[in-house]
Amino acid sequence: MDEEYDVIVLGTGLKECILSGLLSVDGLKVLHMDRNDYYGGESTSLNLIQLWKKFRGDDKPPPHLGSSKDYNIDMNPKFIMANGMLVRVLIHTDVTKYLYFKAVDGSFVFNKAKVHKVPSNDMEALKSPLMGIFEKRRARKFFIYVQDYNESDPKTHDGLDLTRVTTKELIAKFGLDDNTVDFIGHALALHRDDRYLNEPALDTVKRMKLYAESLARFQGGSPYIYPLYGLGELPQAFARLSAVYGGTYMLNKPECKVEFDADGKVIGVTSEGETAKCKKVVCDPSYLPGKVRKVGKVARAIAIMSHPIPSTNDSQSVQVILPQKQLGRKSDMYLFCCSYSHNVCPKGKYIAFVSTEAETDQPAIELKPGIDLLGPVEEIFFDMYDRFEPVNEPTLDNCFISTSYDATTHFESTVVDVLNMYTLITGKVLDLSVDLSAASAAEE
Amino acid sequence: MATIGHNNLNAKLVLLGDMGAGKSSLVLRFVKGQFLEFQESTIGAAFFSQTLAVNDATVKFEIWDTAGQERYHSLAPMYYRGAAAAIIVYDITSSDSFSRAKKWVQELQKQGNPNMVMALTGNKADLEDKRKVTAEEARVYAEENGLFFMETSAKSAANVNEVFYEIAKRLPRAQPAQSPAGMVLVDRPAEGSSAASCCS
Ligand SMILES: Cc1cc2nc3c(=O)[nH]c(=O)nc-3n(C[C@H](O)[C@H](O)[C@H](O)COP(=O)(O)OP(=O)(O)OC[C@H]3O[C@@H](n4cnc5c(N)ncnc54)[C@H](O)[C@@H]3O)c2cc1C
Ligand SMILES: Nc1nc2c(ncn2[C@@H]2O[C@H](COP(=O)(O)OP(=O)(O)OP(=O)(O)O)[C@@H](O)[C@H]2O)c(=O)[nH]1
Ligand SMILES: [Mg+2]
Repeated sequence: MDEEYDVIVLGTGLKECILSGLLSVDGLKVLHMDRNDYYGGESTSLNLIQLWKKFRGDDKPPPHLGSSKDYNIDMNPKFIMANGMLVRVLIHTDVTKYLYFKAVDGSFVFNKAKVHKVPSNDMEALKSPLMGIFEKRRARKFFIYVQDYNESDPKTHDGLDLTRVTTKELIAKFGLDDNTVDFIGHALALHRDDRYLNEPALDTVKRMKLYAESLARFQGGSPYIYPLYGLGELPQAFARLSAVYGGTYMLNKPECKVEFDADGKVIGVTSEGETAKCKKVVCDPSYLPGKVRKVGKVARAIAIMSHPIPSTNDSQSVQVILPQKQLGRKSDMYLFCCSYSHNVCPKGKYIAFVSTEAETDQPAIELKPGIDLLGPVEEIFFDMYDRFEPVNEPTLDNCFISTSYDATTHFESTVVDVLNMYTLITGKVLDLSVDLSAASAAEE
Repeated sequence: MATIGHNNLNAKLVLLGDMGAGKSSLVLRFVKGQFLEFQESTIGAAFFSQTLAVNDATVKFEIWDTAGQERYHSLAPMYYRGAAAAIIVYDITSSDSFSRAKKWVQELQKQGNPNMVMALTGNKADLEDKRKVTAEEARVYAEENGLFFMETSAKSAANVNEVFYEIAKRLPRAQPAQSPAGMVLVDRPAEGSSAASCCS
């Protein structure tokens, strides 16, 4: 251990593992440590025994749930946009070869106390019970406008400059009602709050196009894909990339104390009495608690069920977005469900998550609108955790700290954080211009 | 997992063993027929593939060589997942490497797939005068633990192909298909690339 490294990475969460992989590929000498004896940190997937140990202390999982090993329960559940940034990073680094994916069955939205399929194009808009007959026609026109819109071809702009026109103004032009705007903004464009209404419409139009293109990509019922065996596979796959390019891995290292010189610059990391020297440290907020501040907290519930989420066409994997306005909240709530079809639990079982940015200290009460949509559950666990962001100046201390994953986090913000950190660490910009149109999916 | 189609089997094979036991040298000998006196510690190869014909079928091995993760006992579960076979390598001139090999066998028995074909390989058999581990001792251990055993030399090529051939013969022919089949995302239409290529 008493060697000198270019970078020591602490924590094997997804962000740290992607960075470790990218830095090793760049030829840097990387040591990657974790205080836990498993990969993934906050982005790991747990089996039943681990889940019980985390939430129920000494109790043991009941035998009727089946074998512990058959469960891979995400601690940080998310789906991956089929044409999104994470897919670009996976393809760019060739890490896809370690992973198997499957499309996610359904994408739904909560509207007026009911769960509806998210219509994503003009044809679906016409069929959707989300809207009345006249509203459908208006929505259809809007979808066609978005589908045809091409940034570099003014003929498709209909005389509107979307870098200036706000989303609200664009929507007003098509005469859509608030209800329609709500599902388009939150379930299709995936905005987290309503600020987008007063921002230039281009962003929303692009997001709607991304949704539609991702949906078309794998002929699933949603624009999302998800890895077999759970998201815990992702950090492992990037860790393997790092190891294959010379990165050294040490799990189960207690303490991992970051050491500084008199000027406050990092000089190494000590664990079990040995110090490894390094020029830079990359870590999650838990390894440098003195250099981060709390920015919020996440409330979530994890449920084990014996049926799919009601009103989702028996989807074996599904996302339901509950827009803030529908619940009278400040932030959206998310439902996520996966099952045997993605190898995260035995046949006949379903794992559902309800999560949101916490606005109170009582997750069971706060999450109730989401939990009520699940129907009867076999087991349910409630949890809250704080979110942190770095407050240090990396140019002064050479510490590069990632931001905690948020409830509502999607991989977009994860990848943006990683790319920014990569640029801070190396001074380089990662070129992710992979040829997505040539990318295809090979059936195993 | 060994999967079948028209008498063609695909089998993931993992290599385990102490640093310097000769894991990468065995792969290099088997896949490319080469030997390097100063083989570098494994860098840059995700996995290799090589196809073998046995009597009734062809077996395409996807060989995962460890790198930097096993040194401090930090292999990811992903490494073992779906492995149809494992070669546990030790160096006959090092008793320590034999003790480490036994630890790997225990780990595999705990974590691995119960139908996994396991081979114990005493490598560097060309270095007879420096031998520290007798073939007899290893054979007894292997028998007790349901492994098959061979001494090899990546340098002289002795028994290297034989180990892989023996594994190919022992792979269960009809294995229940892995539950849900997934898809691999690829940049270009799937083609059998052997070594890793990254970020070109
Ligand atoms: C449990 C859960 C929680 C979720 N929480 C949120 C949430 O809080 N907010 C939310 O918007 N969506 C949320 N979603 C949906 C989520 O955005 C999608 O799963 C996500 O967009 C997939 O993105 P990706 O990282 O794979 O692709 P992305 O990397 O997101 O897509 C690549 C590009 O598409 C654009 N883009 C796509 N989606 C977004 C986005 N959401 N924000 C900004 N740009 C985007 C960006 O230009 C980005 O560069 C959640 C989903 C689940 C299952
Ligand atoms: N004499 C002799 N030397 C060998 C043999 N096999 C490997 N070596 C040498 O042993 C050294 C280590 O071999 P590697 O193949 O790199 O060992 P490894 O198990 O892959 O090592 P790591 O990747 O570091 O874990 C190299 O110098 C090889 O040339 C052999 O059969 N005979
Ligand atoms: Mg090697």
